[in-house]
Order: sequence, then C-alpha cells, then structure tokens
Amino acid sequence: MPSSSEDLAETARVRRNWLLSTPALVLLALGAAGPLLIVAVYSFLEAGEYSGVEWRFSLDAWFQILFHRDIFDDTISLADAHLTIFWRSVKLSLLTTIATFIFGFPTAYFIATRAPKQRALWLFLITIPFWTNLLIRTFAIMEVLRNQGILNTLLMKIGLITTPIQILYTDTAVLIGMAYVYLPLMVLPMYAAIDRFDFRLVEAGYDLYASRWQVLRRVILPIVKPGAIAGSILVFVPSLGAYVTPRVLGGGKNMMIGNFIDLQFGQGRNWPLGAALSMVLLVIVGAALLAYVRVSTKENPHG
Amino acid sequence: MTDTIAVEAKSARKTYGQGTEAVTALKDVSVQISKGEFFTLLGPSGCGKTTLLRLIAGFETPTSGEIWLDGKDISADPPNKRPINTVFQSYALFPHLTVAQNIGFGLEMLGRPRKEVAETTAEMLALVRMESLAGRRTAQLSGGQQQRVALARALAPRPKVLLLDEPLSALDLKLRKEMQSELKRLQTETGITFIFVTHDQEEALTMSDRIGVMSAGNILQIGAPRDIYTSPANRFVADFIGETNFIDATVDATGATLSGGQHIDIAPQRIAGRSGKMTLALRPEQLRIVPAGHGLPATLTHSVYFGTDIHCHLALPDGTELVARMQAAADGSAAYTPGTQVGLILPPDAIQLLED
Amino acid sequence: MANRIKPFSITRLPGFTAIAMTAFAILYVPIFTLVIYSFNGSQSVAIWGGFSLEWYAVAWQNTQVQEATIRSLIIAASAAVIATTVATMAALGTTRTAQFKGQTLIYVMINQPLMVPEIVTAVALLIVFAVIKVATGYTGLAYLILAHSAFCVPFAYLPIRARLEGMDLSLEVAAADLYANRWQTFRRVTLPLALPGIIAGSMLAFVISLDDVIITEFVKSAGQDTLPTYMLGQLRRVVTPEVNAISTALLGLTILLLTAFFLLTRTRD
Repeated sequence: MPSSSEDLAETARVRRNWLLSTPALVLLALGAAGPLLIVAVYSFLEAGEYSGVEWRFSLDAWFQILFHRDIFDDTISLADAHLTIFWRSVKLSLLTTIATFIFGFPTAYFIATRAPKQRALWLFLITIPFWTNLLIRTFAIMEVLRNQGILNTLLMKIGLITTPIQILYTDTAVLIGMAYVYLPLMVLPMYAAIDRFDFRLVEAGYDLYASRWQVLRRVILPIVKPGAIAGSILVFVPSLGAYVTPRVLGGGKNMMIGNFIDLQFGQGRNWPLGAALSMVLLVIVGAALLAYVRVSTKENPHG
Repeated sequence: MTDTIAVEAKSARKTYGQGTEAVTALKDVSVQISKGEFFTLLGPSGCGKTTLLRLIAGFETPTSGEIWLDGKDISADPPNKRPINTVFQSYALFPHLTVAQNIGFGLEMLGRPRKEVAETTAEMLALVRMESLAGRRTAQLSGGQQQRVALARALAPRPKVLLLDEPLSALDLKLRKEMQSELKRLQTETGITFIFVTHDQEEALTMSDRIGVMSAGNILQIGAPRDIYTSPANRFVADFIGETNFIDATVDATGATLSGGQHIDIAPQRIAGRSGKMTLALRPEQLRIVPAGHGLPATLTHSVYFGTDIHCHLALPDGTELVARMQAAADGSAAYTPGTQVGLILPPDAIQLLED
Repeated sequence: MANRIKPFSITRLPGFTAIAMTAFAILYVPIFTLVIYSFNGSQSVAIWGGFSLEWYAVAWQNTQVQEATIRSLIIAASAAVIATTVATMAALGTTRTAQFKGQTLIYVMINQPLMVPEIVTAVALLIVFAVIKVATGYTGLAYLILAHSAFCVPFAYLPIRARLEGMDLSLEVAAADLYANRWQTFRRVTLPLALPGIIAGSMLAFVISLDDVIITEFVKSAGQDTLPTYMLGQLRRVVTPEVNAISTALLGLTILLLTAFFLLTRTRD
C-alpha cells in the first residue's frame, strides 16, 4: 500500500528528529531543567539544623517569605527586611530598564542609520562588551565608581565636589553597574527593530508636516515598539535575578533577591526558604516572559 | 511497443495534508513518455506539473498509483537509486564545491573510478562550454553559467531521463532564448529523454516534441505543439495556449447559430457530426474585418497598436467581446476609429468546436 | 557662494548622536581603564606608577591562578565539545523539517537556560549535586562540566540552527538525486555547509563557559576555583592590579574568539 508507506516515511522522519534531539534534551534535563523540580520540592521541606533539609513537609518557607514569627511571643508580623529586598530588586530592575532605554534607543538608532559598511563595526563595538565576562565588566565599573576612581577624580577636577562622594556600595552603584552591564541587551533588539524600519515612512511623516519630535513619537516609536519591549524584557529579567553586580557593587549590604537566595544557602542556613525564594523569582520571570510573548504576538501576528 | 516507453505514470495521485485540510495536487494522472523524447509539462503555477516531476524523481512518494521506468515499477525507490537526474529551478549547486566538483559529484557517489570521474567531468565541461571555469566556486558564476553547470551536473551520470524544473525561469529574455536552443542541442546530442516543466507556453511550443497541458492536478491534453495549438481539446487549453476568442453558439449539421440568431458556416470536418450548445474558438489572427454589411455585424470598441500588428477589440450585438489581429498599415495609420460598424468573417475551416 | 543650504537629513533626530556617543564612551571608558591599570607599575590601583608588566608576571607565577586557568580551559573545552555535539544533532532534528509534534517543546527545553535566572539554576544544581556528592563520594570536575555543557547548549544551538535554516533545502535533494545515500549526503553536503555555524556555536559555548561565575560558584567543590570564581574571591579582599591583569588577558581572549566568530558568520557562502 503506497499510502501506508508514505505514513511510514512520515513516522520515521518524526522519530529521527526526536532521536537527534534526545541527547540535548537529556543533557538539559540533567543539568538544568530537572533540578528545578527538586527546588520546588525543597521549598516544601523543613530546614535542617545546620544546612540542608529535613524530609518533613512544611509550609514554613513560603510563610517566611512575607511574614516573620517572633521566636519569643510567637506574634506574626510582616518580614520588613524581606520586603525591603523585594522592593529594592524590583525598583532597581525597573530603573535599570529605564536607564538602558534612555541610552540604548538613541545608540541603536545611531547604529541603524549608519552606512551599511560602518554599521557592522559599530555593532561589533556593542557586542564586545556584551560577550565580555560580566565579572570583568562589573569590576571595570567598580574601578570607575570608587572614591579614588576616575568619576570622583573628574568631578573634583571640574570643581563640582570638593571631597569624593561615596558611590560604591550604595543602591546607586548597583543601578549604575546593572545599567552598564545590561546596556547591550537593550541596544541589540532595538537595533534589530530599527534596522527593519522603513525610513520612507519618516519621509511620509515629514511630507505630512510632522516635526522631528512628532516623527519620533508618532511614526518611529510605535513601529519599533516590539524591539523596545524585547529589550526591556531582556534587561529586566536578568536584572531581577542579578547576583554578581549587586554582590560586588552593593558590598554585601544592599542585597537583591539573588544575593538573598545565596544567603539562605550560606550563612542563613535555610535551604527551604532559599528554594521558595527561587520559585518566586522563577514565577515573576516566567510571568514577565509570558507577558512579552503575549504582547509580541499581538503586536506582530505574522512573526 | 512498451520498450519505447521511458517513463510512465499510472494513475499517479498525490495528496498533501490530511482530513479537511487535504489538498490533492495530482489527480490520478497517467502519461507515457517515450525514449529520447523532449516532453514538456505545461500549465499555470499550482497545476501539479512540479509534483508530477517530483514523483518521477522520487522526491515524493505517490499517495496512490505508480511510476514506471523502462518497464519496471520504481515507485518505492529512493531518488538516489533512480537513474534519473534533475535540473533544479534554483539550480541547487553545492556552494562549497567547485564547478568541476559539482559536475563530478554524482559519479563519485556512484563509486566510479577517479579517472572516469575526471574524464566525464572534462567531457561535460566541454559539452556546456565551461572548461575555463572548472575551478571556480559556483557563487562566482552568472545565472547562465550556473544553469550550464546544473545541466552538466545532471547529465554527467548519463541518466536515462533528465528532469528540468522550470530551469530557465530565473534568466533574462535574451539568455533564455540562448539556453532554449542550447537545451535542444544537448538533448539531440545526448539522446536522453527530457521532461521539461514550464508555465511559458511559447517555450513549450518551440522546444517540445510533445506537450502535456496540465490544470488543477489533471493532464488535459497531450500532443505535438502544432496539434495543441490548432486543435485544443477544451476551453482551458485553447485559452492557456495563445490568445483565443470564444463565442457561445448552438451547433447543427450546417454550422452554428449565435444567440442573436446569426448563422455561421463551419466546415463539416470541424463539426464532425456533433451538435448542441458548444463554444466556438477562433484565434485572433484568423478573424477578418470587412466593411459593414458583409459577414457578422460587429462594433469596433478600440484598437491597440503593437508595431507590426494592431489588435482590434470588437463587440458582437449580444455583447460577446472578440479580438482580431491585423497587420498594421504601412503608414501606421489606424484603419478604423472606435465606434465604427464593421463586418466579421469567420473562416469555416478555422473554427474550433469546444464542448462545455 | 557662502549661502549654502544645510541639507535636510531624514534620519537625524536631535541629540541622538550625542547620547549614542556618550553610551559608547560609558561602555568603553571603564574597560580601557581596567586594561590601562593592568600595566600599572604601582602597588595601588589608584596611583599610576608607570608602564609595567609586573602584574602579569605576578598572575602568571601564582599557582592558584595557573590552576584556575587550566581548570577553566578544561571545563570550557569539554563543555563546548559536548554542548556543540548535542546542539548540532538537535539542530539537524529541528530545522528544515515540516512541523512535528513536540517541536515547540524541544525549542523550549533547549532555550530554557536562557529564560531561567542563573541564580535559580545554580541553587537547583547545588541542591541536587550536594545529594549526589554525599551519595557517591565523587567530587570531581564532572559536575561542573555537566552544568556548563547544559547552559551552553542554547548558545551553541542558535548559530547552528541559523546556518542550517539559511541553507537551500534543495541542496540535499540534489545530492540524493545524484546518487548520494543518507550518510554521503550528510558527510559531503550538509556537514561541510553547516561547519561555519558549528564552529561559531562551539566558540560561543566556549566563551560562555569561560565567563560563567554564578553556576560555577554554587556547583564547585572545595578547591575547584575557575578563573572567574577566583577573581570573585579576590574582590572580597584587597584588590590588586593582578585581577586587572587576569581580566585583561581574558578580555583579549574573548575579543579574539569574537572576531573569529564574526568573520565566520559574516562570510556566508
């Protein structure tokens, strides 16, 4: 039967595709996705006395995320320290996103409007920091921000300040650092969007009496919006889960969620709380990504 | 007689997709293609001609029906087991290989000795006049040169049948004309059966020994170019190949009666004993315009100047629109002004009768 | 003559070029500072003491740095090879084929490391590997290699997939038409054409593994510092230009690999 041989070929093709993908799937299941399930399990266990867990079901960890039970009188109050860390994480991530947009959009626009030959070079200049070790970049910006660093030296030279201002180990340092390390993540998707942009639309805008500002606001921005959203997500998501930058520039005091999770597995000795916090972070990031998928498919249904 | 048949499709059917989304690209097509023949599959895009070609090449398996080569059923053979080669529409030249390596690829895969591969490659390079470019990468070649390499590559293993999938469509007009005669020369020199797919009726008419006109997954008519042009089997073929005027009429033994009551004489051999409601088909160059009062009364609506020709657009009293092609006057002046009442002569032995 | 009209530029927007230039300056000034100070002859990172390769020599002779470097390279090379191999296979299975059931699931799985915050994956691996380490007693490099291979897969996969998708589908059909069997088609047509993508993917995987801090920090056993985790440890204490020197060397390696990557992916056919 020819028709069944056709079906057979189809089945063989699908099986071959799965077989080829299997090694990658197994590797990722063992080294990335699978362990995430264990984290979920750990968040429902009791904390061990020194570290690790006791294999008893408990909702303590989830409770501790938001509430604090006083060890003496058992009264329940909001865990202020935790809320401060959450708020700082969200605030710094949003500010980082805004800062990278303010610098990233004009930069992407600048690159996209260069002659094609120059464009590759400018783009390369963005990708070098993008691929450079995050730690090295954080270290580099730390050098700039320190009391004897070039920023303070420069500000003193031009007479704006007389004594060095303490930037390092503050929220501001974390913000500057994150904006610095994540700037390429905003520029690249925005560039991709502007690169596809048809500048004849701008001509049409000017033809219809728009000013430069109106052309920017009414023609360019609405059309490159998907790129801006993509860039914002790409910056916001890693900012929220940032670990290295707040650790190095925040100096241990100005923690973000990532450092707080780390703390639970170190000095905090509360693995279940760390696991529960990881799940919370995962859910927020997942929601942000899902919102992005929703928006981008709505904005651009054909691709 | 079967030993003169190279390729045969027996009720070949191809359906893509399943259930309500199923699309049948080829509907039980049967065709016999003789050895050494230049056979053309002609039809508009989506008519199933490329699907038939891919079934013969083995890139697709028929949903039902069979493909035979040299008296054997090859339906189940994969493409690399069929002594049939293809010249692809996109040429599909391997970009990582040189011209010579491309041409020798098939022979290498067949495990032929190195010496033979080199010799045949040289021979093929000479055949398509590309000796000087043997060491080039294919990306550096012009469209016409790529075309020649694709041809040489497909001919090098000496296939029993060569399939050509719209190979000239990417070339400009001048190059296309050149390649048409080149293809014809290669076919004569090699004696290989060519199955050529095109949507260009002129290309089909000038090159083919026989043409199969396809539409909507069916072969409507198979025949020599002249037969197809002068005696189209139905309205689609008449319309697709060349320009044709269609007039609805009722036919009896003496001729045809139009809806307005006018009578037209038709040669008895054209009527061939048929009668009833039919469509009369007539090529524009066969219509003759005469002064009003003679022939069929008509109104000239407008005329279009084509240099050597003038196309006169005419309307019959019942609204039927016709086109007549006439030679332009030596001084280029228009013979008739729009709105002129004229007469039309329809030569009785030129009128085709098409059943609806 | 003096009265020339300034041409109206369609693409110009006020202030954009200035901001872009500022952005480039912000991106590069810290990196240049870092590089320059790695050649500082002074003990302090704050005072310029003349050009010197002293800190490179110090780093070079530091056995901890030597060991961390070798460890980093072993892990990165292993992870790159493993990730590129499985990514190539997966790319062959998921590109240039009609949609099949579960294809999206495979995409999601492969790109999963890009979506999950690294700290979460790090914590997850810490938990699982802690259990395995206790159960088996094995504390070798395999944990780091497995973890690195996994998060390198999407980086290796993307350029290979892009390369495969850019290839004319009819090339393999043409090879089959010219009597090549499955294996010959792969060996003689698909593989050589996909090779630039495969090399590019392996280089990205190598760079990504070499740069990793967080997962390494959580997965490593005692005394298993890689270069980045060694540097992170150093930052807690007094900062010496030695770290600048190591950073500059790593930066140089990254730029070298990236340049090669761009040359490979740019020259299409």
